[in-house]
Amino acid sequence: MKLTRIIGLAATAAIVASACSGAAVTPTAAPATQAASQPAASSDSGAASAYTPPTDAGAAKGKTIAIVSKGEQHAFWQAVKKGAQDEATKLGVQETYQGPANETMVNDQLTMLQNALTNNPAAVCFAALDSKAAGDLLNQAKGKNIPVVGFDSGVDSTIPVTTVATDNIAAAGLAAQKLAAMIGDSGKVAVIVHDQTSQTGITRRDGFVAEMKNHPNIQIVSIQYGAGDHQKSADLAKGIMTANPDLKGFFGANEGSIDGILDALKETGNTGKIFAVGYDSGQQQLDAINNGAEAGAITQNPIGIGAKCVDAAVDAINGKTLPKTIDTGFYWYDKTNINDPTIQAVLYK
Amino acid sequence: MQTTMASTSRIRSLASGESLQRLLALGALVILLLFFSVIAPNFASLENYRNILTATASNGLLATGVTFAIITGGIDLSIGTGTAFTSVAMGIVAVNWGLPLPLGLLAGLASGGLVGLVNGLLIAKAKLPPFIATLGMLYVTLGMAQVLSDVHPIYFTDPQPALQDFFMGKPIAGIPNIVWVMFAGAAVAWVLLNKTVLGRYTFAIGSNEEATRLSGVNVDRWKIAVYVVGGLFVGLAGIVLASRSASAQPSQGMGYELNAIAAAVIGGTSLAGGEGSIVGTLIGAFLISTLSTGLSVDNVPQQFQYVITGLVVIGAVWLDILRRRGRS
Repeated sequence: MKLTRIIGLAATAAIVASACSGAAVTPTAAPATQAASQPAASSDSGAASAYTPPTDAGAAKGKTIAIVSKGEQHAFWQAVKKGAQDEATKLGVQETYQGPANETMVNDQLTMLQNALTNNPAAVCFAALDSKAAGDLLNQAKGKNIPVVGFDSGVDSTIPVTTVATDNIAAAGLAAQKLAAMIGDSGKVAVIVHDQTSQTGITRRDGFVAEMKNHPNIQIVSIQYGAGDHQKSADLAKGIMTANPDLKGFFGANEGSIDGILDALKETGNTGKIFAVGYDSGQQQLDAINNGAEAGAITQNPIGIGAKCVDAAVDAINGKTLPKTIDTGFYWYDKTNINDPTIQAVLYK
Repeated sequence: MQTTMASTSRIRSLASGESLQRLLALGALVILLLFFSVIAPNFASLENYRNILTATASNGLLATGVTFAIITGGIDLSIGTGTAFTSVAMGIVAVNWGLPLPLGLLAGLASGGLVGLVNGLLIAKAKLPPFIATLGMLYVTLGMAQVLSDVHPIYFTDPQPALQDFFMGKPIAGIPNIVWVMFAGAAVAWVLLNKTVLGRYTFAIGSNEEATRLSGVNVDRWKIAVYVVGGLFVGLAGIVLASRSASAQPSQGMGYELNAIAAAVIGGTSLAGGEGSIVGTLIGAFLISTLSTGLSVDNVPQQFQYVITGLVVIGAVWLDILRRRGRS
C-alpha cells in the first residue's frame, strides 16, 4: 500500500513536471511581418511624432523584458501581447507576458509584478490595474535599478521612465469632430462613458467635451456612466432619448458603452436616425459599422501599445532619455476604411 | 459525557492518519521546491523564498480560519469576498473618518467577526446548510463592500502610510511583517484547535454532531463560535491584502475562498468533517503559492497554471482516498 502512495505522489509530481517543461518553452513568435506598423499621420488618426523607436537593441540584445499587463484573455490584451512579442523578436530581445484573469484582481497583479522582479529582468513594462496600489513594488524595482515603463494607463508614481498609451483626449476629440460633421454642426448630442474614475473614462469624456466647445451650435444634453455594461448603458441611452426626442447623436466612450447605445437604438427603432460614434472594436461594433447602424469609431492601436512598450524598454536599458509619455496613436474608422489593412491590423473581435 | 470521551479517543486514533497526509503534503512541497529550484533559473534565491512567504500570507490566514468550519463538516464560501468587506471597513474607519490606524485594524477584525457571526447564526439557528448560508454571504459581503465604498478603492497611502510601512516592513530576516502575522495567527489557531474546549468540540461536531449534542454540548453555540473564528481570520487577511496594495479594493476576493479550501484539503482536512490540522493547512497554502510562484517565475502562462494547480488538488485528495482505503 505504501508503494502505491509513493507511486501516486511521483505521478502527481511527474504531471506537474511534464506540464511545466512543455509550457516553459519561450513561444516562438510568428514572423514579424506587419508588426507595429507606424500609424500614418493624417486627419483621421493621431500618432506620436516625438518618439523614434529604436531599430537596434544595442546593449539590450538578448536581455529579458518582463511585461505585466492588465489581462491576458481579452482580445484587446491579446493584441497588445502580439505587438510586444513581434517587436521583441524583431529587436532580438526576450519578453515575458503575464496578466490577471480580470481587472478587479489588483493583489494578484501585484504578485505577478513581484514574481517578474524575481527574475531580475533588464526592464519591466507595467499596466497598473490600480495606478496607486503598486508603490511598494515600484520602489523595489527602483532599488534593483530595473527601469519601469508604464503602459495603457498611467502609474501614479515618478518611478516609471515613460508611459506608453493612447492620447485619449485627442482621440475622443477626433470622435467629437466626426460626430459634429455628421449632424451638420448643430443639434443635441449625448455621451455614455464607462466610469468617471478611471484614466480612460475621464480623458475620453473630457476630450469629447473640450472639442464640442469649438462647435457652439452643438449641445451636449447628457453625460451618463454605465460601467461599460451593455444593458446598463442601453437603459441610460433610452432614458436620454425619451428626455430628448430631437437628439441627433451619441458617443459611447468604450466598447460596452457603444454596444449599449446600439442596443437602445435598435430597441427604440432609432437605428440610422440617430448617429452613433463609438470606441475600440469588438464583434457587435464591427457588425454595426459594416451595416450602417454605427457611423464610425475610434480604435486604439493595441498592437502598437505592445510594440512601443518594448521599444521604450529597450531604450531605457540603453540609458536613453525618453519623453514623459509616448503616444501610440489611434485611428478613426468607418464603413469606408474598415477593410484597410492598417485598420484591420488594429481591430479585434 | 461518555460519548464525548469516545469521540475524543477516536480523534486520537485518527491523528496518525492525519499526520501521514501532512507528511505527504510536506513531501510534495519539498519536491516542488527542489524541482523549481532546478528548472527555474531565479527560483532558488532568498528573495524568491521571501516572495513565496509573502504570497502565502493572505491565503494562509483564510485557509487557517476556514479549517475550523471544514472540520465541523461545514464550509465557508464568504471568506474571499469577506476580505473586500473587512478591508473597506478598515478604510472607512481609518481613512474616510480619519480615526487612528489601530481603530481601523480593529474595525477590520470586528467586521470579519460580524460576518462570521451572521454565518454562524444562519447555520446554527436558522438551520441553513453552510454551503447556502455562506454562498449568500459571499454576495452580501461583496455587495456591502461596494456599497460602503461607492465602488471606489480607498487608499491608505496618503492619510495612513503607516499601514503599508508597518505590515510590509521587513525588520526580521527581510521577511515582511504580514508573514509573521500569518504565523502568529496560525499559532493562535493551533492552540485553539488543539488545546481548548473549542477545538475539542470542533472535532466532536465534525465526527458526530448528533452524539455531541446528546452528550449535552451546546452545539449551536460552538458552531457560531467556529464561524466567528473564521471571520476574525478574514479580518486578518483583509488587513494583509490592504497592506500589500495600500488600498481597500471593493471588488477583490472572488475565488480566494476556493484557494483557501484547496489549501486545507491538500493539507489533509477532510470535507466530510472530523479531520484536519492547522499545520497541514499551512503546508497546503505554501504548496499552492510555491506552485504558482514557481510556474510564474518560470514564465508558464496563466492558463497552464490553472490546469496544474487543479491537478495538484485532485492528486492530493486522491492520495488521501488511497490512504483511507489502506487504513480500512
